[in-house]
Amino acid sequence: MIELSAIHRDYSVGDQAVRALDGVDLSIASGEYLSVMGPSGSGKSTLLNIVALLDRPTAGRYRIDGRDVTELSERELARLRRENFGFVFQFFHLIPRLTAAENVEMPLVLAGIAPVERVARVAEALASVGLADRAGHRPDQLSGGQRQRAAIARATILRPGVLLADEPTGNLDSASGREIVQLLESLNAGGTTLIVITHDAALGERARRQIRLADGMIVSDSDDRLPLLEKGGTGSGSGETFGADNAPGCLLRGEGEQGSCGTPVDAPR
Amino acid sequence: MRPADILRHALRAIFAQPLRAGLILLAMSIGAAAVIVLTSLGESARQYVTGEFAALGANLVIVLPGRSETTGGHPPLFGETPRDLTLDDAEALLRARHIVRVAPLILGGSPVSWGGLEREVTVIGATAALREVRRLELSQGQFLPPADFEQAMPVCVLGEKLRQELFGNRAALGEWVSIGDRRFRVVGVMAAKGHSVGIDFDDTVVVPVASAQVLFDTPGLFRMLIEARSRATVADAVNEARQILRARHEGEDDVTLITQDSVVGAFDKVLRALTLTVGGIAAISMLVAGILVMNVMLVSVTQRTPEIGLLKALGADGPLLRTLFLVEAALLSLGGGGLGLLLGWLGIGVLQGMYPDFPFAAPLWAPVTAVLISLASGLGFGVLPASRAARLDPVLALSRR
Repeated sequence: MIELSAIHRDYSVGDQAVRALDGVDLSIASGEYLSVMGPSGSGKSTLLNIVALLDRPTAGRYRIDGRDVTELSERELARLRRENFGFVFQFFHLIPRLTAAENVEMPLVLAGIAPVERVARVAEALASVGLADRAGHRPDQLSGGQRQRAAIARATILRPGVLLADEPTGNLDSASGREIVQLLESLNAGGTTLIVITHDAALGERARRQIRLADGMIVSDSDDRLPLLEKGGTGSGSGETFGADNAPGCLLRGEGEQGSCGTPVDAPR
Repeated sequence: MRPADILRHALRAIFAQPLRAGLILLAMSIGAAAVIVLTSLGESARQYVTGEFAALGANLVIVLPGRSETTGGHPPLFGETPRDLTLDDAEALLRARHIVRVAPLILGGSPVSWGGLEREVTVIGATAALREVRRLELSQGQFLPPADFEQAMPVCVLGEKLRQELFGNRAALGEWVSIGDRRFRVVGVMAAKGHSVGIDFDDTVVVPVASAQVLFDTPGLFRMLIEARSRATVADAVNEARQILRARHEGEDDVTLITQDSVVGAFDKVLRALTLTVGGIAAISMLVAGILVMNVMLVSVTQRTPEIGLLKALGADGPLLRTLFLVEAALLSLGGGGLGLLLGWLGIGVLQGMYPDFPFAAPLWAPVTAVLISLASGLGFGVLPASRAARLDPVLALSRR
């Protein structure tokens, strides 16, 4: 159970303060399938980083399973991150000098799990993503889809409750993209909370619950359980996704976020 | 993370960039090898010199005319002192309780000729006692016959080199050679000794001290070598000799007595300081290598920014990342130090091959210090890059491709 209340995140770029998140309230139950959509600079990635405990909010409260994690030390955050979250990145982020098996093993190594146990778990994780026969290959010997599957095996090997996928198909052709989405959704079907961050409407709309961000605020949430003031607009929201891209505030925000406002979609960073 | 896994991770990171690792190893190993070779040279020189002096005999006391305090600088050679050491002084010393042998010496240069060949050499006026005092070996014949100090005899003992120059393959024993305007019969030839402290006996001729006095027309002695009864009585022998000579020189302390221990001690100190100095200079090169480690590690941290961000996302905290990078720096510099040991020993081996007579040996502390310095400089200069890695913001680290 993830609960964000009144989360703000300000950056300072030079002498200018940029507000990446502006009062976000969000609660995500276990096992949900959630997509976060929005244009570049809308605060998607900042939200992801805060949920993932990689970044701290400037103001607001963040609770995981009822426990306030806003003020925890770095060491505790690292442990919570390891236990609760698995990451799938657009650029896979596999360590190039390590084999697929060693990359998948990395969370176990960092957690200090005994080598004997690691071998079995890595084999199991690789088999579950269909990479058993690629265990000894380095990332540069794998296709994009295979790399992302290795990354998913790595993200899930510690059996985290929440899987965070940041543009998981952004660097893949459509066929391998479909495979990856199916793999992620099957994990969600197995009970893992799945949060997908994307600007790809087709991908985002597969989620049972869809959230749209603009200017650091949630502008729509398809979950009717939560009465949101900001919620309004069209509700289904498919047409306006990129419309917000041209919002005036975006230009100011562009540097604080990783993208550029001038481009309609997230350019590769 | 388990220690074995930390080690393995660091090793894989090192082997992933062989050129980088190679350069660091090279720089560090050159520094370590320099420490070992240079300290070995210094230490060997110390051992060689002190060994040579020790070979003179630990019971040896050298008596020089003149007082070092009054003259300053070097002990005077001839005639600078108000009163010479004489053969009578030498005989008086023989009566002392703690002195077993007295070898009076006169040194001078003179041409030595035989059969139309002539060579300018050092002529040593000595007595039979010199042989025991300086542990001289003979290859042919005998040394000077035992006789009173005052007894001049026309006999001489040749150094090996001088014999070779004058006689070549012909027999030297029994021949008469001219030294200055006098003739001496060759009664013995000294075995080749190589260089010895003070005097090169290979290119000398030894004649009775009384004959040398006549030859050079001087009553004064160049010096006297005294042998004490035992090592323990050296100090007593010095006191006795001083008293006897003071009594004979009208109450004046106008001689300098040098003991073997003091000479060895002085050389020992000087050469040890020299060894430490060259070793220290070499150690600076290891610090430079440490700076190289820092530079390369900083570049490495920048290159591996996404990896660092990933490790943080996967649950590594700052201290763990710091440890990982420090271990990497430590392994690199230890590897360099280890390689330097091999290079250093190899260098010593080559030097030993080139100069077999010189006792090359690295002191035990040199390799230990070299490895410790390499480790310390690697760790010391690894702190900055490691801290930078530990402090990296995972968000920024991950957002880069």
